[in-house]
Amino acid sequence: MENNAFYVALSLLFSLDAALFQIVMLSLQVSLLAVLIAAVLGFPLGAAVALWRFPGRGGVIVMLNALMGLPPVVAGLMVYLLLSRAGPLGELGFLFTPGAMVIAQVVLVLPILAALSRQKVEEMLGEYREQFVSLGMSRARMMPTLLWDARFALLTVLLAGFGRASAEVGAVMMVGGNIDGVTRVMTTAIVLETGKGNLPLALGLGIVLLTLVILINAGAYMVGELTRRRTG
Amino acid sequence: MTSLSASHRVSSTIAPPPALRFEGVTFSHEDKVLLGPCSFTLDGIGPTLVMGPNGAGKSLLLRLAHGLLSPGQGKVSWSGGTPPRQAMVFQQPVLLRRSAVANLIHALAVNNVPRRERGKLALGALERFGLAACAKTPARLLSGGQQQRLTLARAWALSPQVLFLDEPTSALDPAAIKAVETAVHDFHQRGTRIVMTTHDIHQARRLAGDVLFLSGGKLREHTPAETFFNQPVSPQAQAFVAGELVE
Repeated sequence: MENNAFYVALSLLFSLDAALFQIVMLSLQVSLLAVLIAAVLGFPLGAAVALWRFPGRGGVIVMLNALMGLPPVVAGLMVYLLLSRAGPLGELGFLFTPGAMVIAQVVLVLPILAALSRQKVEEMLGEYREQFVSLGMSRARMMPTLLWDARFALLTVLLAGFGRASAEVGAVMMVGGNIDGVTRVMTTAIVLETGKGNLPLALGLGIVLLTLVILINAGAYMVGELTRRRTG
Repeated sequence: MTSLSASHRVSSTIAPPPALRFEGVTFSHEDKVLLGPCSFTLDGIGPTLVMGPNGAGKSLLLRLAHGLLSPGQGKVSWSGGTPPRQAMVFQQPVLLRRSAVANLIHALAVNNVPRRERGKLALGALERFGLAACAKTPARLLSGGQQQRLTLARAWALSPQVLFLDEPTSALDPAAIKAVETAVHDFHQRGTRIVMTTHDIHQARRLAGDVLFLSGGKLREHTPAETFFNQPVSPQAQAFVAGELVE
């Protein structure tokens, strides 16, 4: 019984294991904060690329689309170099802290949010453009209107970003260091326990992670559907 | 449906719009001339009905006048230099994914109407167009006729000196068409210059003060409605009014 992953997962959950609780909370905090920061930067960036015509715009779009597939370890390496003692931001002493993990995940999530919101906003702009010009709106004024009107599509985009952040392990491992009680999150704990041969615990953590992701998606889906039905 | 009778008192009048002048205006796409060269001046308040067969360039002319498109050659200008307050109603209503009243408030906000006045103006316009009961309804869940009335209410709230309407009734049933025509009448009473395209000659007879007749991208004549319907000058307009199929 003790070797059954589901048993381990359930007993971890129902015993409200303090260590597990801390790991889960840190995972959520890091990923949610990273997604929030990436949204604040990425949505206006995506909308701006959709709205303005400038030289090199095609290149920017290709880059954003390509960076959606940026390997987490490469993002981790970049942030590692940036934050390491000898790096340009080494003074901050950020390496191997949750803050460094947030930065790494922002790097991973930002291109997804910017590229997908660019697509959504551009589609909507096609529909609204003449009316906006008729109302005398500048491009800068169109941006908040478009972002608000695309809110349901952007909620899905946000979930895609959260999925990427909460699922990745390479970047947080490199810049966080999987330090017990400080920077250990679910994915890095799973890697560690698997390496130690403690497969039931690893699988148990995996089930907890999966359940959390499903719950968050279900919640967002319901919020989205309810408001969509109310606003058409 | 709430009737939009002309007995509604028109509360405020609009400053007379400056004259709109087209001078040798041409619009081309990929080396093909779609409209022009065409020259005319609109200085009354109309209603000016832009008529002609499909593909004659009616919508292009409206978009050039409203500034949604720039002419390839020639000049579109307003006397005095500054364009007047203007609004446009499209064939397909373009409404934001928000409530009816929020659509109006948004339009007022982007036109720098002070925040305190927006709600009152928006509700007043909804009421005038029989939409007060649907103020909180998502605009895109309204019927086609209600949606077009909402775009008219949005234009009304902005108090335009010039209102462009591009085939506003072509997708509507007779009751909704009547509501739109009543609205056009109300705008006219208020002193707004109406410039409207239609392919419906009966509608044009009901509404027109003067007619711009286009065919094949060329302006064939610009005459008072009475002249146009009784003694059209150009052979194309003669054929059109006689009910022949004109290209």
